[in-house]
Amino acid sequence: MKLNCNVDVHHLTRVEGHGNIHVRVKEGKLDEARWDVVETPRFFEVMLRGMHSSSAALLTSRICGICSISHCLTSLEATEAAFGIDLPPLAHKLRMLAKHGETLQSHYLHLFFLAAPDFLGLPSAIPLLQQKPEVVEIARRLKGLGNRICDVVAGRTTHPVAFSAGGVTMRPPRQQLLELRDALLRSQDDVAATAAIFAGFEIPNFTRQTEFVSLEGEAGGEYPFIGRAMVSTDGVHKGRGDYLAMTNEFVDGNNTSKWCKLSREAFAVGAMARFNNSHALLRPEAIEAARQLGLEAVCHNPFMNNVAQLVECVHCTHEAIRLIDEVVDDDGPLAAEVEPRAGSGVGAVEAPRGILYHRYEYDEQGFIARADCVIPTTQNNLNIHLDLQALVQQLAREPGMTDTRIELLCSMLVRAYDPCISCSVH
Amino acid sequence: MKYLGIEPIRPRVAVFDFTCCEGCELQLANKEQTLADFLQAVEIVNFREISSTRSDSYEIALIEGSITRSDEVDRLMRIRERARVLVALGSCACFGGVNRIKNSHDLLQANREVYGDHPKPTLPVRSVKEVVEVDLEIPGCPVSKDEVERIVQHLIWDVPYHFPAYPVCLECKQRFTVCMFEQGQLCLGPITQAGCNAPCPAAGLGCWGCRGPAEEPNYDEFLAIARRRGFQEREIQERLHFFGGFEVLR
Repeated sequence: MKLNCNVDVHHLTRVEGHGNIHVRVKEGKLDEARWDVVETPRFFEVMLRGMHSSSAALLTSRICGICSISHCLTSLEATEAAFGIDLPPLAHKLRMLAKHGETLQSHYLHLFFLAAPDFLGLPSAIPLLQQKPEVVEIARRLKGLGNRICDVVAGRTTHPVAFSAGGVTMRPPRQQLLELRDALLRSQDDVAATAAIFAGFEIPNFTRQTEFVSLEGEAGGEYPFIGRAMVSTDGVHKGRGDYLAMTNEFVDGNNTSKWCKLSREAFAVGAMARFNNSHALLRPEAIEAARQLGLEAVCHNPFMNNVAQLVECVHCTHEAIRLIDEVVDDDGPLAAEVEPRAGSGVGAVEAPRGILYHRYEYDEQGFIARADCVIPTTQNNLNIHLDLQALVQQLAREPGMTDTRIELLCSMLVRAYDPCISCSVH
Repeated sequence: MKYLGIEPIRPRVAVFDFTCCEGCELQLANKEQTLADFLQAVEIVNFREISSTRSDSYEIALIEGSITRSDEVDRLMRIRERARVLVALGSCACFGGVNRIKNSHDLLQANREVYGDHPKPTLPVRSVKEVVEVDLEIPGCPVSKDEVERIVQHLIWDVPYHFPAYPVCLECKQRFTVCMFEQGQLCLGPITQAGCNAPCPAAGLGCWGCRGPAEEPNYDEFLAIARRRGFQEREIQERLHFFGGFEVLR
């Protein structure tokens, strides 16, 4: 018998923000498959207008409760570019250290609490407290460590308070940095155990060719997190100022988040895109983890984004240790002088979920005349939507397929992107 | 969470998010040292961000976010009917939060700027208590998990919780943080409700007032100090209205 199915997921669970999945299959053929973002708009770009430079990063960090450090740093980068400020090296390193803390807490939150329950057949990670307390312990320690890095370096876990235009406002206590270093070294067993857990999960077999876009790594240098040009697996290379080329956003009737495209009908950003473009720049330990987990560039299976996040966790753990070694005895300046001036600037950062751009135009007193924020999940939404159609087409042909199974796999697909939906409707 | 061998009653808790960044509910999953205890002290029956379990039967509803669309009004009213205790969690729920800044802009124009010819439904921002009756407000952007834990304990024990009457200033003194005014920064610490343990001044950032006013704040003296120290009216007003907690001054 040919499959007929109706799946309606209202407010998908275990993702940040509000989105719906709607699938209809008639006589074994895809009739409709939609990923609709129904989050309420907040109009941050409008709120920024008339705001002083000193408030911009504080306001925009509130775009997102998970990646507030990325928003803060992107905002500061834009302001610093507009005012022509060069950051002292120590400030840059401390910001990067906080960034790694954010990536760790965000990726581990997603891996353990949002993604893993599907692979274990559970509604959430909460039943694991009874069933597998040792796994909860690992999750608790790893996510807690990411958050502790943010606490020590950014002043707190969510909505950072130790960064301002020109640099940073706090020298993290030496003793606390050394304790973090110890904890990071000790965490490697937990990271290995996490890799073993994920290696045991059955990743759905699905691929759809797409374009992967990320910031450019530095040849022979660092894996991309802050600044530099945009690159893609379709050969695009564009400077920071040309960001509009990839963010030519357009409006869809069913979505409060806009859609984006670059070289083809849609593109993807995030851990997988960074891996696909810059895997050679990962730490050797992370490259080895990718090999063990079967992740190879260029990977077009979106479910493998979970694995790419895990590989980045290995990378960030080692990079955080290296950065602590570099900053712990550095008593150099924390910040440069800030002189507001009229002009515009673009900030570009790889947030955990992909490229984040802020662009501000300032008047001569340092008040914002115009602002534009382009969010990773906004860039991913159309790609998720098209993946969903291809996935349902594939599933509809499989014998013995059920509504429940389609609903589960569609939900897992969206979750694999770790969407930050409130962000995408800023 | 046993005391003298007696099992406490675990209240059924539901967490709901409206217009916000979901950072406050994320705090519930943070503070990892005590996370297991916290999750065992209450029974989480609804928490969309981290769980697929859903139930309409709960005693305590934690509401995060402000209210900015008509479907949110309907949803919030249904939750109010079901919950015995409704708690506004975080500055967006308590005051409208940063979202409230939107209200001082032309919404039609804003919609046109962002969505062009496809404007999306949106209403002026309201706090939760402007829509339904609220039993308890926990301010903060984000909320302090320490404080949330203390309040949840009080809810379990059925003992009223009292927020500190004093302002953030006192907590800076307790932490030996040098006054932000002395460091040349504007700071709302003198008029803002304490309870956060003043993390912002400790990291070099003046208080932005996310928790709203302390009890009986001396606004006149605060404004006099800020002006005497040379801060411009535009900066002072921007700061006071940032999180929506000082709307009484508008």
